[in-house]
Amino acid sequence: MPKLLTGAEIVFKCLEDQKVEHIFGYPGGAVLPIYDELKNHPTIKHILVRHEQGAGHAAEGYARSSGKPGVVLVTSGPGATNVVTALTDAYMDSVPLVCISGQVPTHLIGTDAFQECDTTGITRPCTKHNWLVKDINDLSKVMHEAFRVATTGRPGPVLIDIPKDIQFAKAKYKKPNKEKKLNGKSHNKFSQDQIDQLVKLLSKAKKPIIYSGGGVINSGPKASQALREFVELTGFPITSTLQGLGAYPGDDNQFLGMLGMHGTYEANNAMHDCDLLINIGARFDDRITGKIDEFSPNSKKVHVDIDPSSINKIIKVDLAIVGDVTSVISKINKTIAKRKNGHSKSNKSNIAKWWEQIEKWRKKDSLNFINSNESIKPQYAVQRLYELTKNKDTYVTTEVGQHQMWAAQHYKFNKPNRWMTSGGLGTMGYGLPAAVGVQIAHPEKLVIDIAGEASVLMTMQEMSTAVQYNLPIKIFILNNQYMGMVRQWQELLHEKNYSESYSEALPDFMKMAEAYGCKGIKADNPADLDYKIQEMIDYDGPVIFDCHVDPNENCFPMIPSGKPHNQMILGPNDQEENKIKGKGKALV
Amino acid sequence: MPKSKSAYSIPTKKQKPDTYIFVVWVDNEAGVLARVVGLFSGRGYNIESLAVAEVDAVKNISRITIVTTGTPQVIDQIRLQLTKLVPVHKVAEFKREDKGVIFKEMALFKVVGKRNKIQKCLNACKKFNPVILDETKTSAVIQITALRREIDKMNKKLKPLGLISTSRTGAVAMTRGAKIFN
Repeated sequence: MPKLLTGAEIVFKCLEDQKVEHIFGYPGGAVLPIYDELKNHPTIKHILVRHEQGAGHAAEGYARSSGKPGVVLVTSGPGATNVVTALTDAYMDSVPLVCISGQVPTHLIGTDAFQECDTTGITRPCTKHNWLVKDINDLSKVMHEAFRVATTGRPGPVLIDIPKDIQFAKAKYKKPNKEKKLNGKSHNKFSQDQIDQLVKLLSKAKKPIIYSGGGVINSGPKASQALREFVELTGFPITSTLQGLGAYPGDDNQFLGMLGMHGTYEANNAMHDCDLLINIGARFDDRITGKIDEFSPNSKKVHVDIDPSSINKIIKVDLAIVGDVTSVISKINKTIAKRKNGHSKSNKSNIAKWWEQIEKWRKKDSLNFINSNESIKPQYAVQRLYELTKNKDTYVTTEVGQHQMWAAQHYKFNKPNRWMTSGGLGTMGYGLPAAVGVQIAHPEKLVIDIAGEASVLMTMQEMSTAVQYNLPIKIFILNNQYMGMVRQWQELLHEKNYSESYSEALPDFMKMAEAYGCKGIKADNPADLDYKIQEMIDYDGPVIFDCHVDPNENCFPMIPSGKPHNQMILGPNDQEENKIKGKGKALV
Repeated sequence: MPKSKSAYSIPTKKQKPDTYIFVVWVDNEAGVLARVVGLFSGRGYNIESLAVAEVDAVKNISRITIVTTGTPQVIDQIRLQLTKLVPVHKVAEFKREDKGVIFKEMALFKVVGKRNKIQKCLNACKKFNPVILDETKTSAVIQITALRREIDKMNKKLKPLGLISTSRTGAVAMTRGAKIFN
């Protein structure tokens, strides 16, 4: 008879069999048996965070930068509720997380016991699936299933709630089953016929554009490779969503920059005027489409997505291809290669005029800004950071707000998995713990959190984690003393009534760095910026870089409220004509 | 149309909503109904009626029948979102007007009054297979099976005849002929 294992032992057995190396967590009463078992499993390293939200974001950063699922371990009640923001964030951005939460013993469930909450009830809408394990014999099956659900199809977070008595109870351990399809939920549902249709569209297009998204990153490095081949084969221009940055090299000439609300002039105009739009692994988010009715009005639309429910959700498309990006694009590339004589040459001449038009848009230089010798412009700070780190295979995380958009606009990514940001949920406080997770996954790499001073204060406590584990993350704070994006919207939409968007009492980040036991660097003069950034890069340990920037700078270009892609605001001079008034404000 | 000034889109092309019946086969496990219903409430879909019970004790399958309204685009989304739920095995949907599908609801009417009134009630229900489940000198419980709007109608009609309490199920559905949903 096989040996009986306790629930806690089974949890670790499963983690070992799933090849988990790191878990991010915080102990508490209802998970103590699992924590007790930790010492017997040297291949699994536990990272002690300072707040469960931090554990969740760290696991997200870990997952996004490594392609492996992130594992979180929290206690019942407040431990579980604190992780909800991170689970929702992972759900919106399709990040595979497996969260294990402790629960009060089964006989106390429903009695309002100490640190009890309805964890599966609370997390039901923000996970792909969750389980409350009430029978020890189900535990190993549920654990393996959890990893499968989190990592297959469109990835996402899952949660396993394990009551304390189950952690003590004993059962046989079951190894994971070989992959089998469940409930007919296979992911590649496309046919060669659809691919042929697409290739036909490609050859007819005169004004095509490829719009790629986070799905390319999620599909793995092979997807980025296939995408690059596809773009090269077709000669088409490509733009990317916020989450897709890095799938295609940011400094390539065929790349038009990010699209959407703060996307480039050329990308958005090309989206508006194109006759063929190929969406690869993106979901027509409202920050991308702007006004739906006037979204890319004259184009045939193709949508490649692994999630059938993304198709026709926002934008009706003419051709939907449901499948994994890697498989779909590889198939397309093969099909194009087969027909090369008929297509590739003639097509590139077809779109020469289109490229001329795009070059005209490009000349607007929409990311331009007026630099200054007196104060550091935030865009300039990001540009310098990019120039000084671009040769280092740098990983960048961000918080949420103006700094995030400036980072997306001015930091150019050449590889996938190098850019971690909270797009769907827009979680301030994401970047610092995410950087912790990224650094855990890539101990030798340079990891920078491009932050805002307001965002970073939301999860500042994780600096302590970074110091504990000697993680040399660099927190590059663009400090403008405002919740900058809020201030920008108030300026544009609310008659400059800066209601509660100014932080009156900010901490001294230098002293804060010192208090945490890391290095603080402060810059407020553009002339000092380069050598101070270099000092930050060279320092072997965590750094808080307090970069004082012009507090009044706005993030442009911008598609103003409710406007279509071709009506962007380009800069301060352009604003008067496009003022947003009246009813629109209530709808933002 | 007023000029749109929002970063979020304003709905303009308003399609007409229709009534649809969804039939969902799910694993009969704790919380599965909450997942299905939570999906509807969380995404702002409407539930007009709901019927759920285990239909296969061996395979542990429950069948949920949901009547909902929505534009074709919304109905598509409902189907696709339901299909994504882990415990969901298959999803079928039908327009209410679909002639190939039978929809039925059951209602229990409690009528209090003299015999002749109860008899009148029974006569009124004649078309809908009335069955008397309980009878006393002054009361009766009448069961009928019918369509939703027919039950609505009867509900109104029986009020003056002594109807004091109505209990009704959600709709259940079955295809006509030998074919089954797949």
